[in-house]
Amino acid sequence: MDIPYNVSARPDTGLYNAKLGIWLFLASEVMLFGGLFSAYIFLRMSSEPGYWPMGLLNVPVGTFNTFVLIASSVTVVLAWASLKMRRFTQYKVYMAITILCGLLFLGIKLFVEWPEKFHHFGVVVKKDAIAKYEPVLGNTILAELDKAPRYEISGYLLDAPKGSPYEHMAKEGAEHFRHKLHEKAGNGAAADAHHAEPIITTDDPADFVIQLDVANAESDTKEGVERASHAHFIPRPASLKTAVIKAEDVQSASPFVPRHSSYFSCYFLITGLHGLHVLAGVIVFIYFWLPIPGGANLYKTNPEHLANRVEVAGLFWHFVDLVWIFVFPIFYLL
Amino acid sequence: MASLAANHGHDVADDGHHHDHHELGFWQKYIFSTDHKVIGIQYGLTGLSFLFFGFMLMLVMRWQLAHPGEAVPVIGEMAARLHAFFALPQNAIPKEGFDGWFWLRALIGAFDTKGALAADGYNTYGAMHGTIMVFFGIVPVAFAAFGNYVVPLQIGAPDMCFPKINMASFWTFFISCVIMLFSFVIPGGAAKSGWTAYPPLSVIADMPAGGSLWWNGQTLWLIGMVFNITASLLGSVNFIATIIQLRAPGLTWMRLPFFTWAQFITAFLLLLAFPPLEAAGFMQLMDRVAGTSFFMPTGLMLVQNVEQTWTGGGHPLLWQHLFWFLAHPEVYVLILPALGMVAEIIANNTRKPLYGYKAMVIAIFVLAFLSFIVWAHHMFMTGMGTKVAAFFQVTTIMISVPSVILLTCLLLSLWGGAIRFTVPMLFAAAFLPMFGIGGLTGIPLAFNTTDLYLHDTYYIIAHFHYIVAPGTIFAIFAGVYYWFPKTTGRHMGHFLGHVHFWLSLIFINGVFFPMFLQGMAGVHRRWYDGGVTYDQLIGPVLHWNKFMSYSAFLLALAQLPFIFNFFWSMKKGRKTDDNPWEATTLEWDTPTPPPHGNFIKPIAVYRGPYEYSVPGAAKDFTPQSEPPVDQSQKPPGETAPLHPAIAPAH
Amino acid sequence: MADSHAPASLEHHAVGHDHSHDAEHVAKHVRGYIVIGIVLLVLTGVTVGLSYVDFGSHTRNVIIGMIVATFKAGLVAAIFMHLKGERATIWRVLFFTLIFVAGLFLLTLLHEVDPIPGTTYSKH
Repeated sequence: MDIPYNVSARPDTGLYNAKLGIWLFLASEVMLFGGLFSAYIFLRMSSEPGYWPMGLLNVPVGTFNTFVLIASSVTVVLAWASLKMRRFTQYKVYMAITILCGLLFLGIKLFVEWPEKFHHFGVVVKKDAIAKYEPVLGNTILAELDKAPRYEISGYLLDAPKGSPYEHMAKEGAEHFRHKLHEKAGNGAAADAHHAEPIITTDDPADFVIQLDVANAESDTKEGVERASHAHFIPRPASLKTAVIKAEDVQSASPFVPRHSSYFSCYFLITGLHGLHVLAGVIVFIYFWLPIPGGANLYKTNPEHLANRVEVAGLFWHFVDLVWIFVFPIFYLL
Repeated sequence: MASLAANHGHDVADDGHHHDHHELGFWQKYIFSTDHKVIGIQYGLTGLSFLFFGFMLMLVMRWQLAHPGEAVPVIGEMAARLHAFFALPQNAIPKEGFDGWFWLRALIGAFDTKGALAADGYNTYGAMHGTIMVFFGIVPVAFAAFGNYVVPLQIGAPDMCFPKINMASFWTFFISCVIMLFSFVIPGGAAKSGWTAYPPLSVIADMPAGGSLWWNGQTLWLIGMVFNITASLLGSVNFIATIIQLRAPGLTWMRLPFFTWAQFITAFLLLLAFPPLEAAGFMQLMDRVAGTSFFMPTGLMLVQNVEQTWTGGGHPLLWQHLFWFLAHPEVYVLILPALGMVAEIIANNTRKPLYGYKAMVIAIFVLAFLSFIVWAHHMFMTGMGTKVAAFFQVTTIMISVPSVILLTCLLLSLWGGAIRFTVPMLFAAAFLPMFGIGGLTGIPLAFNTTDLYLHDTYYIIAHFHYIVAPGTIFAIFAGVYYWFPKTTGRHMGHFLGHVHFWLSLIFINGVFFPMFLQGMAGVHRRWYDGGVTYDQLIGPVLHWNKFMSYSAFLLALAQLPFIFNFFWSMKKGRKTDDNPWEATTLEWDTPTPPPHGNFIKPIAVYRGPYEYSVPGAAKDFTPQSEPPVDQSQKPPGETAPLHPAIAPAH
Repeated sequence: MADSHAPASLEHHAVGHDHSHDAEHVAKHVRGYIVIGIVLLVLTGVTVGLSYVDFGSHTRNVIIGMIVATFKAGLVAAIFMHLKGERATIWRVLFFTLIFVAGLFLLTLLHEVDPIPGTTYSKH
């Protein structure tokens, strides 16, 4: 049986079926991401000052990923244009670039950005104890600058309370730190690191020990605080300073995973869902690129049909790009 | 099919014409079918089964309300015996892990050792009754089943726009059904936090130490809902695209049958309102399995003086906003297809055009638009602030205007008609006062001040059940009786239809009307014992519990004639011709039952949908496809030639 | 289905015509696509740069950043997604979608105007 207007447009609407279908689907996607973004705004606006972390993402990597996605948007529209002009080889090239861009984006997300978060750790200090940690929080200076106070001390975990799920993480962090110290000291013998005495000790097994981020490490000077309150995570290097956070002062402690804060909950949910969209797009493009029925082979029998398919998948791809154009400033920059 | 089979050696411009005259196998024909009629029937049978199942859950609950603490007949007694055998806890669904009998333990755990419905079981049944009735019963039947079966026929299309996506929609829905049913038998039982799944309750429900993070009722509920929503989205994209793209030549927008209009608007509601709930579902899922706190406020104490370990910063109101952003338009998703069916049936059985067809079309547009900005009237009790309440109160009152226009038009359509009291017409006619009662009793709920008193009482239950039970479900029955001859080629039995109708009408009012009285007296909707504990408060209305419960049991019995009639008539019913109701719309131009591809002759439309009793005409109905007497006239409204598959004969 | 061969010639003609028109039309646009791509890349740099500038208040920074992002999104939608010159049917669908998204954003935030005492924090 024959469904009309699968390839050619219906005269009175000027559309072929799939084009209308994809736009309807995109309308629902607008509502889906609209719901997520409205949740983000809702949570951010109702959060207590000082509890909404910002500047914890890696801006250069995010910017690079934005470039990658925009470039892929250009190549996919060019791939479609090539098909319209019946230049098949050109189509294959552009489509291949698009697929590679999509994979690159996903690779950076999965193997650079997210693991970076999983290795980072933050401890939120109870309100009544923040005075004790003034040198690493810099709240007096922040108050002078008329900025929200800070409650979180972040960096790499060197020691975690006995029996907590973060012990393994702390062990890794401590080893890494020792290695760094040796390098710094100039004797560079990585092999010795294992035999070295533990550098950080705390008498209470329930305390957290953290190798501080530069932002925390420089919180004792006005310039440092100012820099920290502006700066983004330009792969924010860890200092060689450490801090011990007493067990009784800890409100919550977590690596930068979804449960860390509402901010990271939103970040992982939205970028995760966006990543799934990228993955779906890449799979569809691979299908249209491979010489299989319904894919690139369709060119031989019905090039217009293949062009339509690429156009429709391209519309989806542009939408994914469009979502990223909002994700990037909202999460990374503002 | 159409999209994939294009590598035959044909011309570019022929959008793949097909030569699948070969017989399809059983699996392709009846199970994994892409035919919109088969998918419609699949949706219909699944949905009707779920309606019945949801009703059964409620019957068990009604027994508990009428006879609190007494053993439920048959199933409760059986459960009590098994209780002793398995040595289960007194009043909770056991949470131990999976072994050979986990499913049986979960099922009987809904009852206590005496065989009465346990508190946990009551919550489970209540939550699942709501979920099943709304998302697995009415929407699949009223929207997906009737929409799939009737809409392509009514617009003269060979099938839906995307037949494969249509099939994917049904099977995605089917997965969600399996997940929901499976959640009844896992340790801990199905979801218990109400169909609204409000946090914080829903986030902490079924999250015991030692219990499974994934295999528990509320988590499966969320996963099931994500599948259900995805199925709705696939379906609604298909409906809209089909109605826009595949209308027969001459079928201009204002010639669409009202039912098709209603389905069109409903599809838009599903398309645009469901995604925010899907987003919220993901968030709640993360709250449950990834330890986030989208909805959990800072400093929440579940046990006295023990602060929870969530990072906090979430907001329970956020869930309510996102949930009701869907769930209010959902109300119109439930009612619009019903209005569409009733309109078709009334026009057909009064033998006159619908009164105010244009006004009705405009009214459903306005209704759909407004339905997106009224949602927070479900949230007056949250204390979200008077300014917010004022806004939503105003929009809610505004939405009653198009509703009244619709009801008035349908009532006026009866005026002066030569009414045929066929069984579908009986149900359609009963729909009008029932919908009226349901709608008018909603007005006090729209006002903040009166809502604060009536909220969460049985008054609310009565209000929305009048809309969906004697409202939508009666319309569904009307639709089944009306289109049954087209689907099977046979009529459903007239006498049994009458028995079914009159008994249903009486008992359904017996169930729901006393709820208004109880609600106004202050009976809360979530009391497990029906209010016995609060005897001093609500004593004078307590006795209605028994009356309502026994009405419900009798209502269940009144469905037996329908079930019997339905299956008996498939084989033995009176045979019909292609247009037994002498109707005007296009679905009656097909052979009976319609073959794959629907129309055996090219179809074109020359007139509006309801040309009944046209003065001077030979018959009292003029089908839309009947050419005008002056043969030279072309089907109007077309500017360019249409695709051969739906082009008129040359 | 019924015979779909005979009347197909009409269709054929229409599509053939469309195609030749389309190809020319598309060729004209290719350079435009590349230019827009470069503009988008530059604007991404601008967004990053702007985030280092303090415009006086956080709200103002956010608004300025969002204006740039919206402009970029507009370019993608208008040019890459061919919304410029797209059919009315699609515009209508998107028009209503945007209204409802705006409703979702603004109305859920209404409670900020009129907070429940004791549940929200004093403004920064």
